[in-house]
Formats: sequence, structure tokens, C-alpha cells
Amino acid sequence: MAHAAAPVDAAPIAAALPESRDAKALHRMVFIGLAVLLAVLPFGLYPVFLMKVLCFALFALAFNLLLGYGGLLSFGHAAYFGMASYVSAYAAKNWGVTPEVAILAGTLTAALLGLAFGALAIRRQGIYFSMITLALAQMVFFFSLQAKMTGGEDGIQAVPRGRLFGLIDLADDRVLYVLVALIFFGGLLLIYRIIHSPFGQVLKAIRDNEPRAISLGYRTTRYKLAVFVLSTTLAGLAGATKAIVFQLASLTDVHWSMSGEVVLMTLVGGMGTVFGPIAGSFVIVAMENYLAEFGAWVTIIQGCVFVVCVLVFREGVVGLVARKLRKPL
Amino acid sequence: MSDIALETDDLTMEFKGFRAVNGVALRVRRGSIHALIGPNGAGKTTCFNLLTKFLTPTAGSIRYNGRDITRAKPADVARLGLVRSFQISAVFPHLTVKENVRIALQRHKRGDSFDFWRSERVLRALDAEALALVEAVGLSSFADTLAVELSYGRKRALEIATTLALDPEMLLLDEPMAGMGREDVDRTAELIRRISKDRTILMVEHNLSVVASLSDHITVLARGKILAEGDYATVSKDPRVVEAYIGAGHA
Repeated sequence: MAHAAAPVDAAPIAAALPESRDAKALHRMVFIGLAVLLAVLPFGLYPVFLMKVLCFALFALAFNLLLGYGGLLSFGHAAYFGMASYVSAYAAKNWGVTPEVAILAGTLTAALLGLAFGALAIRRQGIYFSMITLALAQMVFFFSLQAKMTGGEDGIQAVPRGRLFGLIDLADDRVLYVLVALIFFGGLLLIYRIIHSPFGQVLKAIRDNEPRAISLGYRTTRYKLAVFVLSTTLAGLAGATKAIVFQLASLTDVHWSMSGEVVLMTLVGGMGTVFGPIAGSFVIVAMENYLAEFGAWVTIIQGCVFVVCVLVFREGVVGLVARKLRKPL
Repeated sequence: MSDIALETDDLTMEFKGFRAVNGVALRVRRGSIHALIGPNGAGKTTCFNLLTKFLTPTAGSIRYNGRDITRAKPADVARLGLVRSFQISAVFPHLTVKENVRIALQRHKRGDSFDFWRSERVLRALDAEALALVEAVGLSSFADTLAVELSYGRKRALEIATTLALDPEMLLLDEPMAGMGREDVDRTAELIRRISKDRTILMVEHNLSVVASLSDHITVLARGKILAEGDYATVSKDPRVVEAYIGAGHA
């Protein structure tokens, strides 16, 4: 064990605002506002676009739980998102299970994969941790490219949406939207609870000053592994749901650029803010959708947005608002 | 239980051929304030990191309450009641003063907190005790301030409150007075004297007047080895100690 005594000040600015009672009240308002938006938006916007945003938002929320609250930068989160997506698609198509079982199977896969990969990666810190997560994710990509079950370059196509609990037909986008919105909102509430739990309190302490947390008797690697698995599980839930929505699981979902995209969403929205990743994924997915006519230029525009974001408001869109309000969001 | 709280035998730490700590046999008596001093580069900090398990010795053994802890992990040593402080004031900067103390209470009273599904409201049960500790070190009016905003001396006071929350049997203090102004030094010395009741304290300290007034027993290290031991009067008269501090020729 060679821990430097000096703590690294890695905590994001936005998370540095004290939690107070009126902050809690503000959060409650945001939750209500989000619920209303989720109910109203499908009347104005295309449900499939919204479902895409929600899946990516949940993915980014899961990623931010690890980065913003665990202080761990995983550069291989596509592995959990993508593998869950494959398993969910495979289960729905080849085993003919109902969509909720398919989604659960995908989520569980991501949890187990997260446990195995996390146990390896968590032994190293900083950039080495990120590199190990990347290397392991690349292995998953290679597996997905070669294995029979994933369909190689074709992916798994024409996945049936099926009937929820064998009863409710999900073929209608609006019906499926309700399910996806519920999954998203449930995931968001769970993440909020994790952050504001006794466990979350320990996570904040570890992120702030790990050697000190150790000296208080916390076995910090176990906490880091726990938050890693929670994060991969929720990333898996997002990926598994996405497979049902788009009736497709493909190499895009496990590609390293997907891992990059989720970093982008989190940073644009505001790392270490509860709601930031939602805003970030909305911005990124909207850009991809509405700027699609520019073709390859989308990537360049995204790159510029990212650079501007980091230069002008390092704490992200929501982080900026939080600082103005002097309350954590 | 024996009279010795912490003891080492032939404690050695070698870094690529350089022996920072060389065959140190330390005995810390239960209930005493024991100071570890020595000139720069004597191996005090290395020794300290070995005792707190942040480094693993290349040879030798460490026993705490008769139990071999040579290969134990730092978090586990803390759970046995052997708690360290850090040279750089070790607080959780983005937690409030109260939360800093509470995070220690949380570990001490609840054990592990893997309950991510429970609301942090359950921690309010610890608030009263946390505030009592905050008051004990004179930080009551800062209870809801983020630790990052505290002055240096107050950070140290907070750190001591946090450490005390674990109700440790033995404290290892790494230069508790480092970088402090005169006023803070006096206040901290008083605090250490107060908490030393029913506790064993081992500290590394540069400030010799503090060492003289606080400690019952002193071990002088030089070049990784024990040079002299005893109370302040004995040690300060030892010609080898004077030579190590001032240099040959001046002695």
C-alpha cells in the first residue's frame, strides 16, 4: 500500500456546495418538474427521440454516479451498456421472453461484468484505473465482433418488443414511452437516493480524501467496487432498455466512442451534479438527431461544443446554474 | 493486558538499497505520551507510516496489544483502535464540520455503511454526539461550515475531533503542530494533554518545546536507528543527540 498523504482535490466544483434543507426542497421541485415534462413532452416531440434521450440520460446518470460521486473515471462504460443491450436483445429474440425479463437479464449481465471488471480495475488509481477499464472494454468489443450470439457486424436486428408481463403490447411507441419514462425516473430516484444515503456519505468522504477515510477504518476499495457495480448495473439497465426500444443491439453500443460519448454528456451537463447528465444527454442526442444532415460534421460540432464547454463553464450547464443559485443540483 | 501498547522489533524499511528505518525496536507504554524526534531524514515519517500500515516493512515486526499487525491493512488497524493523523491537515474539505466528525462516528457506531437504499436521515441519530465533539474542540459556531473554509489551526482542531469520534485507544499524531502559529500551538498542546487521559499517544514532532512539555518518553531517531531514549532531561543532555541535531564539532 503506497498512498500519498496529500489528498488530490478532484471534487467537482458543483458538488462543493453544502446540502441544506432548502436544497432538498429545490430538488423536490426539480423532480416534480421533470415528471411533468416527461408527461407533456411526448405531445410535442417524437417519442422515439425522447426514448433515445432517456436511455442515454440514464446511462449518463449511471456514469456520473461513478465519476462525480465516486471520483472514478471509467473509460469503458460502453462495455456494460453494450453487453446489456446484446443480452437483452438476444433474450427477447431467441428465447422469446417478455421484455421486462429481457431487460432484467441484460441488467444482471452488466452487474456481473461490472463486478468482475471492477474487481480488477479498482486496484489501480487515476489514469491507470481508466486505462484498465478501457482495455477490458476493448476486450468486450472484440468479443462482440467475433462471437456468434452478437451477430458480428450485423448486430442483433429485428428484436421483438413483445408484450410487457405478457399483457401490454409495446409495439405502440407511446405505450413503450411510458415504460421507458418509468424506468428512467425509477433509475434517477435510485441514484438520488444512493447519493443521499449513508453509503453516499462515505463515497463523498472517499472522493474528498481517501487516505483519511482509510485511517478512519473504511475499507475504501470495497466502497469503490460497490459504487462501480451500482454504476455498471444502471448503465446496463439503460442499454438493455435501449435494445428493446430500437429493436436492435449493435457494435455501436460497445464501441469505445460510446464510452467517450457518455463522458461528453456528463461533462456538458455537469459532472457531480445530480441532474446534469440529463441535460447533457439531451443536448448531445438532440445535436446528433437535428444536425444529422451535416453528416460527419456532427462529430466536429460536438468536439467544438465540448471544448467550449470545458473552457467556458467547466462545471457544465447544470453546474453553472447550481453555482448561480448557490445550491447543489 | 501488558504494559506495552505498541512495540516493534527489528523494524526495517529499505528503499532500493537505502535503509530509511534500520532495525528499530520501539516500546510505547500504555497511557503515555511518547514522542518520536530526530533531525531531518532520520526516518521519523517512514517509521510513522510503517506503524500506521501505510507502508509495509521489509523486515521486522509490529505488535499492537500483543497482536501482530505487521501485515495488517491500514483500515483494519484503525478498526483495532490505533488511529493516525496526517501531517497535512486531513479533513474532508467538501463536507461540513459536523459531517466530518459524523463520518467517523458513522464508522465507529454503525460499522460499514453499504446501505445505499436508506436515506441519510438515519445519520441524524449521530448528530448530537457529533456536535458535542465539535464543541469540545471549540468549533461550535462552524458546525455547518465546509471544512475547506476553515483556517489552518481550526482544520487541525477538526481533525482531532474527527479522530476522537473513533474513541481510539491509541493515537498516532504526525507533527500535530506543523505550520501552526504560537496561539494555535498552545491550544493544540492543551487539547492533546486533555485527550491523552486513558489513551496512549505516539507523536512525531519538530517543535522541541512542545515535546519537552507534553511527552513522558522520547525516542530520538537518527539515520534510521534509535540514537537515544528517555525523558526530555535525559535525552537533551545526551551528547550524541546534541551532535545529531547540531552537527559534529559544535558539541
